[in-house]
Amino acid sequence: MSSTETSAAAGAPRTEPRHGWRMFWIWFVLSLPSVLIIWFVWKPHLPPGDMSSSAQHQQFDIAVLAATAAPVIIGVVLYFIYAVVVWRAKADDDSDGEPIYGNTKVQATWIIGTSAIVLWLAVFGTIELVGPAGAGAGEGPSPIWTLAGKQSATWTPGSDDILEVQVIGQQWVWTYRYPQFGGMESTELMLPEGMPVAFHVTSLDVIHSFWAYQLGVKADANPGVDNVAFTTPKAMGSFTVRCNELCGIWHGAMYNYGQVVSPTAFQTWASGVQAKEQADGVLAALPPFALTYDPTVIPQLGKNIVTVDGITGAAGYYYGPGNPVTP
Amino acid sequence: MSVAARAAALGAAFLVVVGVGIFVAVYYVGAATTQLPIVHYSASGGQVSVVLQEDPQNNTATTPDWVSYYTQDPVSKQWLHTTLFSVPENTKVNVTIYGYDGCTPLRNNYFSQVQGTMGGTVTVSQFDQHGKEYVTNDTTSVINSWSDCNVGHTFAIPAMGIFVPVASPNAQLSANNLCSSSPCTPSGNPYAVETFSFMSPSHTGTWRWQCLVPCGGGYIDGNSGPMQTLGWMMGEMDVVAS
Repeated sequence: MSSTETSAAAGAPRTEPRHGWRMFWIWFVLSLPSVLIIWFVWKPHLPPGDMSSSAQHQQFDIAVLAATAAPVIIGVVLYFIYAVVVWRAKADDDSDGEPIYGNTKVQATWIIGTSAIVLWLAVFGTIELVGPAGAGAGEGPSPIWTLAGKQSATWTPGSDDILEVQVIGQQWVWTYRYPQFGGMESTELMLPEGMPVAFHVTSLDVIHSFWAYQLGVKADANPGVDNVAFTTPKAMGSFTVRCNELCGIWHGAMYNYGQVVSPTAFQTWASGVQAKEQADGVLAALPPFALTYDPTVIPQLGKNIVTVDGITGAAGYYYGPGNPVTP
Repeated sequence: MSVAARAAALGAAFLVVVGVGIFVAVYYVGAATTQLPIVHYSASGGQVSVVLQEDPQNNTATTPDWVSYYTQDPVSKQWLHTTLFSVPENTKVNVTIYGYDGCTPLRNNYFSQVQGTMGGTVTVSQFDQHGKEYVTNDTTSVINSWSDCNVGHTFAIPAMGIFVPVASPNAQLSANNLCSSSPCTPSGNPYAVETFSFMSPSHTGTWRWQCLVPCGGGYIDGNSGPMQTLGWMMGEMDVVAS
């Protein structure tokens, strides 16, 4: 015997409370403070911080997605708990459950709601990818989205020149070349505050990944590939650079620290390193600046270095990819 | 078999698998790090002298043709096949490296520049196989591995900003007369002697050091083998309380 029949037989039709409205108000009361807490309390502490334009966007994105997801999660969990508590069968209730029919209003609400959320995420994600010029991620050798600024052979503080920084990965160190300062190279990564920066990320051996954590910049370093990523540092201070691609036994130790300084301090530093490397002969020892390097070609010798098999590092030989035989 | 017995059996099997995994990991990680001897250098007069050599081969049975560093015991003067050594904290470390291996181009010639040593320089002497000194105490801040074949390997402690190109015998000597039995000795072999100094950190800890020349002959791009193995071309410097 169904419960409907039972009710009819008892002659006292059961009056159901408006469960939908009840759940809505409970959901609303829980969701509103959750969203406010996420936005005003949690957001300022979300990674990666607000040290650069890309980091600021990423922090904003995470907060928006969390504020979007929280009401959904609350709604799902609330429905589950409500159903368990309110519609739980009594211990002595052996009757059948209520017959279930389609409810156009509920179905339409579900379809419209989920579609709106998915579309919103797609539009929001696209805007947040395009607006901040790739959101700090590597865009490959021909970036579609670029920062506003001028590409120039030189760099001047206070101008709209984009600072070009080449990031070179090698097991297990990072080095940085500055083509606008004579192609000087350094193990220190210095950047000017408030000026647009283009990172050109490449590798001399295996695949690494350049991850300037507090700047919100991450780009794979592939040998033979110029992977370009953009950001604008917004605050002075230090940031961490890590390799984010397992690259050998000391992958975990492949990190160092960068500094964001004032544009004039940056120019002083960069010009000083350039002058020192010029005087020491280091600039002359470096290969001409290029977007990628083939380490089997040594320009100063004017020829390809010979690759040989099974020789342990002598006579100027270079061990190339064609030498994979374990001795 | 009851459900409880089945669950117990599965649980036991799971624990056995996990236990075996942990044992294997601990065994191999332990083997990789603890079987190498650590050479302890003690300070005298606020200084300590670390002596290394790098050879074109080594005297192990398993991988005799791997290029390798050796570390000299300060008391017995014996060369130990290890790259683990300790120095006191906040002490001037004088390093001497005997370069018996031949020259190889650096992958990034930036590391031809001496960095992080006192004065930003190294002092190099080079000898032929007859003991004739053809370069004497040349103090320099750059040893260009591309324009002149005089760099065998590097000694780098990246976390301390120390990057030192280690001199080798010249190209002609590298091609024909290298030491063929390790540990190498000056007698009958061409070699270079390089000295430099740096201050050890002011606190205790372990600093990794490595070679930046791709010298793993026989491996793709020379990156593997001795380049990725403690005791060969990478090591650790323990800084201990003085």
